[in-house]
Amino acid sequence: MEEGLTKRLFVKGNEAVAMGALEAGCRYYFGYPITPQSDIPEYISREMPKLGGQFIQAESEVASINMLLGASASGARAMTSSSSPGISLKQEGISYMSGSECPGLIVNICRSGPGLGGIDASQADYFQSVKGGGHGGYHIIVLAPDSVQEMYDMAMLAFDLSDRYRVPAMILADAVIGQMKEGLTPHPYVAPDDLETKDWALIGDGKAGEQKIVKSLYLGDGELEAHNNRLHAKYAVMQAKEVRYEGVDLDDAELVITAYGSTARIAKTAVRLAREQGMKVGLLRPITLFPFPKAAFKEHTSAGQKVLCFELNNGQMVDDVRLAVPGTDVSFYGRAPGAGSLPTPEEFLDQIRNHYEA
Amino acid sequence: MANKIVIDELRCKGCALCTIACPQKLIKMSKELNKQGFLPAVISEEDLERCTGCTLCAQMCPDVAIEVFKGGK
Amino acid sequence: MTEMKKVFSRPDSLKDVQTHFCPGCQHGTIHRLVADAMDYFGIKDQTIGVASVGCSVFLYGYFDIDVIEAPHGRAPAVATGAKRVHPNRPVFTYQGDGDLAAIGTSEIIHTANRGEKLTVIFVNNTTYGMTGGQMAPTSLPGQKTSTSPEGRDIGNDGYPIKMAELLSGLEGTAYSVRVAVDTPKHVLQAGKAIRKAFKTQLDGQGFAFVEVLATCPTNWGMNPLQANERVADEMIPYFPLGVYKDATE
Repeated sequence: MEEGLTKRLFVKGNEAVAMGALEAGCRYYFGYPITPQSDIPEYISREMPKLGGQFIQAESEVASINMLLGASASGARAMTSSSSPGISLKQEGISYMSGSECPGLIVNICRSGPGLGGIDASQADYFQSVKGGGHGGYHIIVLAPDSVQEMYDMAMLAFDLSDRYRVPAMILADAVIGQMKEGLTPHPYVAPDDLETKDWALIGDGKAGEQKIVKSLYLGDGELEAHNNRLHAKYAVMQAKEVRYEGVDLDDAELVITAYGSTARIAKTAVRLAREQGMKVGLLRPITLFPFPKAAFKEHTSAGQKVLCFELNNGQMVDDVRLAVPGTDVSFYGRAPGAGSLPTPEEFLDQIRNHYEA
Repeated sequence: MANKIVIDELRCKGCALCTIACPQKLIKMSKELNKQGFLPAVISEEDLERCTGCTLCAQMCPDVAIEVFKGGK
Repeated sequence: MTEMKKVFSRPDSLKDVQTHFCPGCQHGTIHRLVADAMDYFGIKDQTIGVASVGCSVFLYGYFDIDVIEAPHGRAPAVATGAKRVHPNRPVFTYQGDGDLAAIGTSEIIHTANRGEKLTVIFVNNTTYGMTGGQMAPTSLPGQKTSTSPEGRDIGNDGYPIKMAELLSGLEGTAYSVRVAVDTPKHVLQAGKAIRKAFKTQLDGQGFAFVEVLATCPTNWGMNPLQANERVADEMIPYFPLGVYKDATE
């Protein structure tokens, strides 16, 4: 390739997240087919053997999350992927990973539910993702890409954050982001300086000495309480250091639009149209859904700005916005899962106009 | 004595499986509770004389409470 | 008199601690046989054990090896993940009848079917011990348990499931055997089978499965000796001992 030229690819979101994961050194994938994310195991089944890694199409989403638990406990960067109903199946395994402090990447290419639902995009898994979808009161890192490039970049970020904190990481995308094709600029993975070697991992290293145990069972008096407090202390550090969001035209905005993922793309256009019509409107797009950008919301509503939250669900992230900025006028406009088609920028613009003028 | 077994009284839970394992029925259950609250297996000095060191009692013991020694003439 | 030689003692791989198992529970015996096999091959420091849920959950308290704790039924999948990352390390699971033959049936069948080079120790005591004696997939017809108070009714609950036979039908299974530990002779045979199951993995031959019939005196409502007799009188006739598949060289 000639010097000075940037390689650009035209790829599907699903493939981009897989490419990013492999570039970040993931050499173990365990998954199961489900629409709309089967491109991920299909891509990895072709590419992983070339890298000397392991690809298993497991017998279920349950089996695959547990293979991830085993591989992660053994010190490897490993991942799984699924879509909403399959992610429900993985909740037990994710809870175990969280309690056992095993890192790893779980990709959710969200479809609509509940139950078998539909195969189109929705954002109805927000609660499940950020509130600790399995039992026990834990949290996982949740990243929400809004483009093919972000799918690629966030795969790397997800592994780094996951390894840094020993907290499982989820990339929460949806059918639209997964299936869309856009330009992607691949780039080499650069590991952060601060990632420690995994001394805790089981490697069967032949050293006599302290037994390594990866477990989540703590039966002694006060043991589990201390463990849970330690987990939550980690989440507090993440809240302080790892929040990411994008702000568009927020400086003089009187109405703050908030949305994530594919909804944010539509909202961006609506915000632009609103600005063209003279409305002082901006967009606050959370990138980390956990940890949630509470401070950013506080900052951009401190002068009495109103917030309008757009989601492809019946109202989930809006709850966290209200929690972050009590006393702020926060409104919601959503389309329930299974709308069949995405909202248009004009539809959002109408809502913006109503709330701006109110 | 030629052979012997040593039963760890504190490990023994009094299950008595050793008593059916011993081909010569040399092991008995004590009538006195150990510190754990079990009636442990015991073998008398007299019965020890007849022990062949076959290890079958130790093989049966779920608590690995029996050690077996062989040899000596 | 010449000095006496110790001819039987606790294996190195087994920690010198009292276990939580009930008096007469044969988990202890089976733990010892697994530890014996690890000692025999000198693999203690390389082995990764996968603990399951049930009375077997405290594996890490008894074996002096690295252990990962799996969710109920999932040990074969967790073991698959570990073995794929560390193909040169021995990895084994140790599971009870609820774990392996109820909630974990999918995982064990597919792990065997893939021919994962693992050793699985399956302790069949026809009951759910840890949770208080409920019916297991292996409970015998007519067996009274806390969830089959009138006795297991075949019309409602089906027949007991025979795992050694079931897994022997899969290409991926290299070795499938059923043993018991109710007599010293059976204990010695069980020890040999467990050793072979580890050897199968060490030789890279494929999936090795050992089903061990065992007692649960507490939940059977029997004393240890009565429970031990039940293994011979009731369980062995239904679950015959023997090698169901041996495709090792």
